[in-house]
Amino acid sequence: MSEPRSVTIEGNEAAAYIAYRCSEICAIYPITPSTPMGEMADQWANQKTPNVWGHVPVITQMQSEGGVAGAFHGAVQSGGLTTTFTASQGLLLMIPNMYKIAGELTAAVFHVAARSLAAQGLSIFGDHQDVMAVRGTGFAMLCSSSPQEAHDLALVVHAATLESRVPFLHFFDGFRTSHEINRVELIPDETIRDLMPDDLVIAHRHRGLSPERPVIRGTSQNPDVYFQARETVNPYHQSVPSVVQGIMDRLAGSTGRPYRLFEYYGDPEAERVIVLMGSGAETARETLDRLTSEGEKVGVLQVRLFRPFSAAHFIDALPKTAKAIAVLDRTKEPGSAGEPLYQDVVTCLAEARAEAGGEAQSDPPRVVGGRYGLSSKEFTPAMIRAVFEELDRPAPLNHFTVGINDDIGHTSLPFDPEYVIESDETYRAIFFGLGADGTVGANKNSIKIIGEEPGIHAQGYFVYDSKKSGSQTISHLRFGPRPIRSTYLIQAANFIGCHQFSFVQTTDVLRDAAPGAVFLLNSHYRPDEVWDRLPGTVQQRIIDLGIRFHVIDAYGVARAAGLGRRINTVMQVAFFALSGVLPRDKAISRIKSAIEKSYRRKGDAIVEQNFAAVDTALAGLQAVEVPRQASRDDALSSAVPEAAPAFVQEVTATMIAGRGDELPVSALPADGTWPSGTSNWERRDLSPEIPVWRPDLCIQCGNCALVCPHSVIRARFYHESRLDDAPEGFRSAPLHGRGFPEIRYTLQVAVGHCTGCTLCVDACPARSPDEPNIRAINMEDKAPLLELERNNLEFFRTLPEADRGRVDFSTVRGVQHLTPLFEFPGACSGCGETPYLKLMSQLFGDRAAIANATGCSSIYGGNLPTTPWAKNEEGRGPAWSNSLFEDNSEFGFGFRLTADTQRKQAETLLLRLVDQIGPELVEELLEAPQDEESEILLQRDRVAELRTRLEKLDSPDARHLESVAEQLVRRSIWIVGGDGWAYDIGYGGLDHVLSLGRNINILVLDTEVYSNTGGQVSKATPLAAVAKFAAGGKPTPKKDLAMQAIAYGNVYVARVAMGANPQQTLLAFREAERYPGPSLILAYSHCIAHGIDMRFGMRQQKLAVTSGHWPLMRYNPVLRNEGRNPFMLDSQRPRASLKDYAEREIRYRVLASTNPQNAERLMALAQEDIVVRWGVYEEMATRGDAAFHFAGAAKEARRDA
Amino acid sequence: MDMRTEYLGLQLAHPIIASASPITASVDDIRRLEDAGAAAIVMPSLFEEQLRQEAMAMDRLMAAGEESFAEATSYFPPVADSHGGLDRYLETLRQASEAADIPIIGSLNGISAEGWVGYATGVESAGASAIELNVYYIPADLAESGQDVEQRYIDVVRAVKSSVSVPLAVKVGPYFSAFGHMARELVLAGADGLVLFNRFYQPDYDIDKLEIARTLELSAAGEIRPGLLWIALLYGRLGASLAATTGVEDYRQVVKYLMAGADVVMTTSSLLRQGAGFIGQLRDGLSHWLLERDYGQVDDVRGCMSLDRVPDASAYERANYIRILEEFELAATG
Repeated sequence: MSEPRSVTIEGNEAAAYIAYRCSEICAIYPITPSTPMGEMADQWANQKTPNVWGHVPVITQMQSEGGVAGAFHGAVQSGGLTTTFTASQGLLLMIPNMYKIAGELTAAVFHVAARSLAAQGLSIFGDHQDVMAVRGTGFAMLCSSSPQEAHDLALVVHAATLESRVPFLHFFDGFRTSHEINRVELIPDETIRDLMPDDLVIAHRHRGLSPERPVIRGTSQNPDVYFQARETVNPYHQSVPSVVQGIMDRLAGSTGRPYRLFEYYGDPEAERVIVLMGSGAETARETLDRLTSEGEKVGVLQVRLFRPFSAAHFIDALPKTAKAIAVLDRTKEPGSAGEPLYQDVVTCLAEARAEAGGEAQSDPPRVVGGRYGLSSKEFTPAMIRAVFEELDRPAPLNHFTVGINDDIGHTSLPFDPEYVIESDETYRAIFFGLGADGTVGANKNSIKIIGEEPGIHAQGYFVYDSKKSGSQTISHLRFGPRPIRSTYLIQAANFIGCHQFSFVQTTDVLRDAAPGAVFLLNSHYRPDEVWDRLPGTVQQRIIDLGIRFHVIDAYGVARAAGLGRRINTVMQVAFFALSGVLPRDKAISRIKSAIEKSYRRKGDAIVEQNFAAVDTALAGLQAVEVPRQASRDDALSSAVPEAAPAFVQEVTATMIAGRGDELPVSALPADGTWPSGTSNWERRDLSPEIPVWRPDLCIQCGNCALVCPHSVIRARFYHESRLDDAPEGFRSAPLHGRGFPEIRYTLQVAVGHCTGCTLCVDACPARSPDEPNIRAINMEDKAPLLELERNNLEFFRTLPEADRGRVDFSTVRGVQHLTPLFEFPGACSGCGETPYLKLMSQLFGDRAAIANATGCSSIYGGNLPTTPWAKNEEGRGPAWSNSLFEDNSEFGFGFRLTADTQRKQAETLLLRLVDQIGPELVEELLEAPQDEESEILLQRDRVAELRTRLEKLDSPDARHLESVAEQLVRRSIWIVGGDGWAYDIGYGGLDHVLSLGRNINILVLDTEVYSNTGGQVSKATPLAAVAKFAAGGKPTPKKDLAMQAIAYGNVYVARVAMGANPQQTLLAFREAERYPGPSLILAYSHCIAHGIDMRFGMRQQKLAVTSGHWPLMRYNPVLRNEGRNPFMLDSQRPRASLKDYAEREIRYRVLASTNPQNAERLMALAQEDIVVRWGVYEEMATRGDAAFHFAGAAKEARRDA
Repeated sequence: MDMRTEYLGLQLAHPIIASASPITASVDDIRRLEDAGAAAIVMPSLFEEQLRQEAMAMDRLMAAGEESFAEATSYFPPVADSHGGLDRYLETLRQASEAADIPIIGSLNGISAEGWVGYATGVESAGASAIELNVYYIPADLAESGQDVEQRYIDVVRAVKSSVSVPLAVKVGPYFSAFGHMARELVLAGADGLVLFNRFYQPDYDIDKLEIARTLELSAAGEIRPGLLWIALLYGRLGASLAATTGVEDYRQVVKYLMAGADVVMTTSSLLRQGAGFIGQLRDGLSHWLLERDYGQVDDVRGCMSLDRVPDASAYERANYIRILEEFELAATG
């Protein structure tokens, strides 16, 4: 037997390592936080890593978790050893198959990174709501509490399912365990083989369906036998506890790590016991050590095998001395008698007592249930102590919550946040970084370096914020001589690294600093000048805690080493130098060998640059002499301006400041309804450079405002007299166009929200005649302009919004004057999706209802604390909601059904009340056209008049009509999502909704890959492009969704790319919206997942079109009905080769590096595909109208009839 | 006709070589050129800056957005066996060296001494018969003197020569104050041969877009003059091989270069214009010309018009220039 090997890995990897080795087939679908498990399996398969039987497992991504469950069921039913990885909504989609798989007694394993369910809001974070939703399926459920357990118990389930024939769901806490990095001792393959006996594997295969041994399964059963047949499985389920314990014992024999179904820890004669499962058990044990050492008679019972729940084992594990038991559930079941684990405990104690009869304990323990930790809410020693204290009370609160302040239901237990039990022998470090600066990567690297040292244990956990641009990351690292079981964020840090100077002004970075901690700040200020740059509260904290303060100009060091803005290596070196976790020389040499290892394959140049950074970092590290007194008395800058509404001040601002945990239940909306347009209130400072407008050069074309992904560029026109109040330095120019001599034009940038993507500059067609590099908009350093531009912006906001009736909706030049009702989204800098949404909001936002599929657009569109969908001056704006990933077409279709129904009711009521309202108004309301914006404005006036008249009527009809009158203004229903939704998981619904003929508009933001979950292949991924699950390049062409929709004949279809032809994009949006039936717009969206230089995203869109990869087209059924050819090809024949486009994208180029032959072959196929498709399109576009004459004539005939 | 030639100590069937260009980039291209009759092939230049930039860009773009959002800590599948530009180049070189019977010469283009050595040893171990260093440097820094520039060249040659054992050719441009001296210094620094001359890709302007137009014009026969001049001047005086390049349109330019004293003649433009098969036509053209004039071997013609051999050596010096101008004036006025 080989020596056990220790590695420092995430819980996901720890579980996937075993799953991969024990499986032949793996069907998956990406969903946070389980995605990395599937990705790792795919990576190992690509590397041809075999399973324990020497075969490389097959990894297949399906179109949805529903698809995975089907494929999974088929695979296990035909004898394959199959696994999958999922979570949350994904697990819910598998439920029907889970009943089947269990009902058929099929050996199978699901590994679940347990996650919240979308209820009042979606959450990607960890709790047990998802797994609890499947507890009735018949799957056995085994829960792990740490990466090591996730590794060990993964093997237990793979072995136990073969032995018991009951399928297993193995779960562990999403993020807290799935994404925690910790030391894991890997199980050698020989041990795995020992626990997976060949005869059981072969028996499983033999149970598979085979024409050699034909049987029938999946029968329809009737009242005569179904019931009895359902009971046949009982012996199998009853055997599970002993099977699992047996395997655990055998595993312990090999590894020395014993596990019990119910693991009791604490005083053997404990009087108070907490029962719980998952990562919280780790912290509970840690707290127990402290409490028992203080003489408390307490214990914790960790549940591992949750289903089947073995009452006997449970009773056996529970100390007989227990007087009070708190059962903690990391889930919520509204309306139940108690959460599931609580109910199980109560039931089995009651049963045991009943069975014992007269021998039962005279004074049975009091059992209470409580909820904790939903959506990865922190669960700390203080909370555990609070529960024990509650159990000590004569009548402990039942159905309590802990960790929140429930000021409405008064369920919450108070806890003392000052109760901190971090161990002195553990070194604790917190790092604040910017998403793009490499902090997390460097910390993961540090953990590996330290974790490889014998005798040192390391733990890492990373907290990301909700924005994709300018996002903050917080890394929590612990190092110590013993295994680290603290499954909560660091509460008293010995080291605080702040990798961005601006954070120190906005974030309370020293909140969790321990006395005497080291504070390392990345500062361009010298040690002798930095002090006065710190807010007073920060200075005072440094003095009060005796913090040792150091600075390093990491950007300066990185720049000098040629690393640009990548400061990860510099800060890592500084950390090792200051922390002393490893001897300095040893640390430096380890860092260098890690650099060598990670970057060697990327090129010598990068290695050398990082080496240089290591050497210069040490020289750049400087101590700051801390004065005895603070030189300032100010606090951190507030998160929102004073002008913000009360809710934003009280709730949103608290969340922005990172103190959302402090908000009581009463502060939050009960039904998931939040105010619109809150991103506007967030103070952001994202880019050191901002675009600056040159009025003298500008041709006022509107391109910059159109392409701006973050809606920071705004144009307004106004009477020149308004300039009398303008601040000095406010820029303006005469409005281009005849007949407006007194009208001025201003282009203004919302400086704080600008991410510095530079798409605007690239889109600007105007150049200075004498300086070719100068355009009408140019990037400049923000710092010297900040105050000026803030004043300008403030004044700009006082200028009037354009009268929509006077704006030319048909040109980009005109549309720039329409206020975006989608602003400052937290999308990636330079995002290719958001410009389309902004355009849609400008054109139709004030009468739009938007159904948004889960994905990037639902995250930057709806992730708290602040959201971008906004309101206009009249208070109108898009009504936005996200239902799920898979159901979005149907969800939006529901909007349409209601709108149509209410409109119909309004029409009926208008006719019913015609005499009271007045026939003229009623006729106009019913008949007036609403195609042009001016017509819509007139209709709004009519509705206002209607309301005035209705006010005077006292009848139920009048009240009903009032409630539905808004539907008399044509409502614009938009169904929005990415390609993962439209092409894959939501395709069935999308197709069905298109077929129903109702007036809906579907906008597909096609990035050709699952962007939000990190670049997995979709059916929109083009041939030859590399994506996760298509590491060798996608071998099949992109699905032509446009042609599929065109096949209906009555669906308006457009394929657009704003960067190639903004005017065509605008036309398509307007045509689609006006078309009274279903419309589908496929919008090319460049994406960070393409591996492109995002500054040139719009250029890349153009290349996509000129190369023929993305032909622009429209299919307008209105034309068909008029007897004309409805298919219009809006781009010219390909003028560039696919290669010209592809060579600028890493997703194509990477294959040329990894597999040049295959890259060449696939590129040739892809080029061929373009030629063929273009031929088809051209043929369709050039068909004479004669071909459509029949359709037109038939329509005419019908009309005449 | 005996056209055997020695270049950099390599024995060639004849003196015509396909020089570094896109049509020498793949194994198939190289085979095609060999079949067409090339005596040797110089693979396209491995650009030091390009490799560096490619590695950096790949790293930057693949890492963009990594580790900054909880749902997506990366956007690409891990690249297990990544081959950077260098690996791809070396793989092609390795395959070409195995597949072809003629010498394959690796070519490096760069500006710094450090970057070269690693690449050069890689090229050598991949099986290159020789290495051609294409030193391409625009001294845009006004503080940099001619001496500094020359030293830079010399350092590069020394560094590479000391790290490889295959022969080393150095391809340079003519823009030195004293090219003859420079040529000698390069040979003293370790060059086994010189390739004359590199064509600097000089920019043009797009006057409508106010942009620099990066177009590449193929060389024309008229451009052989600097090479003719300097090969004729250096022939027999350096103790190193001389290769001529630029301006070969047909066999006549080949003949001229040989007459000046070139050991071999390289061409790209003619092959880009006429296809790989044209190299055979050049060889045959040369062979016919030699036959017609009763030369027994190519060596008979080599250097016959060099400085040492022509009766009026002053024609290579300033007087020649004046005479040409005078003739030009006469023609114009006459």
